[in-house]
Amino acid sequence: MVDSKAAKVKVNPSDAKLSMAHFFVAFSALALGGLMGLLQTLVRSGKWELPWGIDYYQILTVHGVLMGLVLTTFFIMGFQYAAVSRTTGGHSNAARRTGWIGFWIMLLGTIMAATMVLLKEASVLYTFYAPLKAHWIFYLGMTFVVVGSWIDGAAQIMTYARWRKNNPGKPSPLLSFMSVINTVLWIVATLGVAATVLFQLLPWSLGLVPTVDVLVSRTLFWYFGHPLVYFWLLPAYMCWYAIIPKIIGGKIFSDSLARLSFILLLLFSIPVGFHHQLTEPGIDPAWKFLQVVLTFMVVIPSLMTAFSLFATFERYGRSKGATGLFGWFKVLPWGDARFTVPFIGMAAFIPAGAGGIINASNQMDQVVHNTIWITGHFHLTAATSVVLTFFGISYWLIPHLTGRKLTKAMNKLGIIQAWVWFIGMVFMSGAMHIQGLLGGPRRSAFSTYGGAKQAAEWIPYQIAQAVGGSILFLGIILVIIIFVNLAFFAPKGDEEFPVGEAENPEEKAPMVFENWKLWLGITAALILFAYTIPFIDIIQNAPPGSKGFQTWNKW
Amino acid sequence: MHLHKLEKIWLTFGIGALIVFLSVIGVSAFYLGNKPPSCLTTINPEKVDTTKPFNKPGLHKVEGKDWDYELVFVASAFFYDPGAVKVPLGAKVKVIATTKDVIHGFEVAGTNINMMLEPGYVSEYTTTFDKAGEFLIVCNEYCGAGHHLMSSKIEVVK
Repeated sequence: MVDSKAAKVKVNPSDAKLSMAHFFVAFSALALGGLMGLLQTLVRSGKWELPWGIDYYQILTVHGVLMGLVLTTFFIMGFQYAAVSRTTGGHSNAARRTGWIGFWIMLLGTIMAATMVLLKEASVLYTFYAPLKAHWIFYLGMTFVVVGSWIDGAAQIMTYARWRKNNPGKPSPLLSFMSVINTVLWIVATLGVAATVLFQLLPWSLGLVPTVDVLVSRTLFWYFGHPLVYFWLLPAYMCWYAIIPKIIGGKIFSDSLARLSFILLLLFSIPVGFHHQLTEPGIDPAWKFLQVVLTFMVVIPSLMTAFSLFATFERYGRSKGATGLFGWFKVLPWGDARFTVPFIGMAAFIPAGAGGIINASNQMDQVVHNTIWITGHFHLTAATSVVLTFFGISYWLIPHLTGRKLTKAMNKLGIIQAWVWFIGMVFMSGAMHIQGLLGGPRRSAFSTYGGAKQAAEWIPYQIAQAVGGSILFLGIILVIIIFVNLAFFAPKGDEEFPVGEAENPEEKAPMVFENWKLWLGITAALILFAYTIPFIDIIQNAPPGSKGFQTWNKW
Repeated sequence: MHLHKLEKIWLTFGIGALIVFLSVIGVSAFYLGNKPPSCLTTINPEKVDTTKPFNKPGLHKVEGKDWDYELVFVASAFFYDPGAVKVPLGAKVKVIATTKDVIHGFEVAGTNINMMLEPGYVSEYTTTFDKAGEFLIVCNEYCGAGHHLMSSKIEVVK
C-alpha cells in the first residue's frame, strides 16, 4: 500500500520543466561532443584528415569542454534538482526562480566559451594551460558557467534547508542529503578554478597585468580538477545506493552508512590535487606525498560502497530463493535497462578504480603521467561508469518528467546501447591503456615522430582506438534516439521515480550527519592543512611570471 | 549506527591493505629515494639561453658528483635542443631541462623519465641508462599547433 502510493509521487511539473531544460543542453552536448570524439580517434588513426581547416586541438578542446564540463554539470544539476524536488515535496517558487537564473547564466557562459573555441581564439583545452592565453571572452564564459552552477545549486540547498526547518529533529531524505553533499563539494571545489580565472587569467587576458604565475594557476586548477571527478561520480553513487535497490525490488543496505560514505567523499576529495602534479618541478615532494596519502583515503568510502551494493544484490537474490555462493547473481533483473545499464557502469568501476590507484601512486604515476593511459583511465571512470549510470537514470527520469512511459522496445534498445558502449570502450580504452604503457602521449594529433620505431609500435593501437571510437559513436546515436523518443514520442503514462527504502527504517540516521558546521569545518581544516604551507612556498619562491603565448593554429 | 559483522571484517582488511600500500610507496619515496621529480630550482624563462647550464645544451661529462654526466635540454615550441644525443651505455646521467615559453612535457618513451617542464622552473631526474638502443623523447603536454611534432631522441650506445 505504502509502496504503490510512494510510486505515484511525481516531481512537481514546474520543477520537471527546469530539469528537462538541463537535460536538453546535456544531451545536445553529448551528441556534439561525441562527434568530436569520433573525429579525434579517426585523425589519430592516421587514415583520415580533418576538412575545411578544422584543427585537431580545436576539436579536442570542444570534446573536453562539452563532455567534461557541459554534459556533466547540466545533467548533474538537472538530476539533483529533480531528486530534491521528488524527495522533499517540491521546490518553492523562490528556489525554482533561483534554479532558472543559474541555468541561464550557465548556458550563456557555455555559449560564450563555445563561440571563442569555434573562432579558434581558445584552443587551450579545458584545463587552460597558462601561459597559453585564450581570448578573455572564453575565460569570462567559464566564469559564468561556474557562477551559474553555484546559483543553480543554491536552489537545491534552499529547498533542503526549508525541509529541515519544517521537519525538526528528523534526518533529511537520503537523496536530498546526497544531492546537497555533492552541491557543497562542487561549490568548495570550484572556488579554486574561480580564483585562477578571476584573479589571474581574466586580468591577464584583458592586458591589465603583463604576466601570470603558471604554478599558482595550475595548483588552483587542480585543487578543482580532482573533486571535479567526484562531482561526476557522486550522482552515479546516488543512483547505485538509493535508486537501484528500489528498481530491483530490494532495500538499501544501510541508510546511515550511505550518508557516512558521502561525508567521507566530501572530506577527502578536495585536499588531493597535487596527485595531478606529481611530475611538476615546483612542488615539494613531502607535500606531494601527503596529498597522495589523503587521496587514498577515498578507498575507505569506496570499499563501503562496494560492500553495500553487493550486499543489497545478494540479499535481494536470496529473498527470491537463490542458493549457492553466486546464485543470487542470476536472478537479478537483467532485462530491465534501469538496472542493467548502470550495472555495466558499476562493473567498469572495478578496473577503473585499480587504474586510479596506479595513477595516484607517487612512483607509478611517472610511468603513465600524460600518456594516453590516463585518457583510457577516465574513459572507464567518467565515460563508462558515470555516463552509463546517467543513461540508466535518464531511461526512467526523462519519461517521468515528460509524463511518458519507457516502452519495451526502448528498454531493449537501452540494454543494447549499453553493450555497444561496453564493447566500444573495451577496444578504445583497452588500446589507450596499452599504448600508454608503451609511452604513447595523450592530447596529441597523429604523428610518426620522424619515423621513430617506438612511435610506429603505437599506431596499431591508435587504429584500435578508431574502431572503438566508431562503435562508441554508434552508441551515442542510439542514446540520442532513446532520449528524443522519451522526451517527445513515447506513449503518455506514469513512469516511476524509484526511491529506495532502508532495510531497517526504524534505525534512524544519526543527526550529526546533518551538522554542516562540523563537516564544512573539517573540510576546510583538511584543505588548509594540505595546501597552506606548500601554497605559501610556491608564492614565496615564485620565478618571474610568464607572458602570454598563442601557439595554436588560428583561422 | 550499526555496522554489519562482515562489513567490519571487510573494512578492517581493506584499511589494513591501504596502510601497507601507503607505507610501501612512502618507504620507496623517502628511504629508497624514488621521489617524483621535484627540483624546486627557478630560472628566468626569458633568459634561459644565457643561464647556466642551459647556455650549452647537450651531454657533458662531470667529475666529483654522484652522477657521471649531465644531459641538458632546452624546450621551446616545438623543439628540443639538442634534437638528438648519444649516451654511453651504463652511464649514470642527470637529465636537466627547462622551457623557454609554454608548458611542455619531457617523456623518454620506454624509460621512467617523465617530467613536466614549466616556464620558470628547472626539472631534473637522475637515472642510469642500462639498455642500449634508441629512445624517443616526446612532448606529452599540450603546447600548441606543433605539439605532436615535438620530439628528440636519445641513442644509448656501447
